[in-house]
Amino acid sequence: MKRGWNWSLWFGFLTVIVALFSYQFFVLFPITRDFPWANLLLFAGGGILLAIGLFRAFGRPAVYRGKIFGPILTVLSLLMFGLFAYGLFYIARQMPPSLGAPAVGQAAPDFTLPDQDSKTVALHDVLRLSDTHAVLLIFYRGFW
Amino acid sequence: MLCNSELRSFQHHLAEFDTRGIRLFAISVDPTATSQSHRRKMGYTFPFLSDVGAAVIRHYDVLHRGAGPKGEDIARPAEFLLDKEGKIVWRNLTEDAAVRARPQQVLSTFDELNGKTVR
Repeated sequence: MKRGWNWSLWFGFLTVIVALFSYQFFVLFPITRDFPWANLLLFAGGGILLAIGLFRAFGRPAVYRGKIFGPILTVLSLLMFGLFAYGLFYIARQMPPSLGAPAVGQAAPDFTLPDQDSKTVALHDVLRLSDTHAVLLIFYRGFW
Repeated sequence: MLCNSELRSFQHHLAEFDTRGIRLFAISVDPTATSQSHRRKMGYTFPFLSDVGAAVIRHYDVLHRGAGPKGEDIARPAEFLLDKEGKIVWRNLTEDAAVRARPQQVLSTFDELNGKTVR
């Protein structure tokens, strides 16, 4: 008897790939960025499919294929999940303490910096403008 | 990726900052040319300030040592809201690079503070 295609292994693996790379999309929305539940759900879905596939490959080897590529796809999937979890739950949380950052109530240190057009911007000048009621400084990592 | 997510959300709410007279500045170690091309590409219209050498970033103690792609010192994500006198009225120092300040947070903080001072 010809053994059947073990589709759940492949779909599970595909789902895990989507789970890893779709953070690029989900990062755009604060609700799926601050906690990556959309990606974790995809990983979970992929995991369930892989488990079903493995169960079939090893439980009913006469009917289903996948005794060799099943474990390979599963290990690759675990590596991808590990990479995702390491990046988002470990690396992203390695923020410096910034204990010396100016606190609420303190004066913000003045500065003079060039803008994108190399035009000089001084904080004290910006504050003096009549239509300035507040200033928001957003420090970001940069795009190098 | 994460920085764009944050900057993009502030760009979407820029009109609400403008009507309140809140001026936004994005600050990083990027050279002016990088900021210019990135700003144009992403359609950001608020100014980007270039702190090559991170002198101001150090002054605000928001430096993240060796966190750049080649181990450069860069800024950690951080936000400071200053009042007209240049006093800090709100700040956000996230402990998780994925959790960023949201525009609505800053707007409601501003409204709360100004509601109090006016009345």
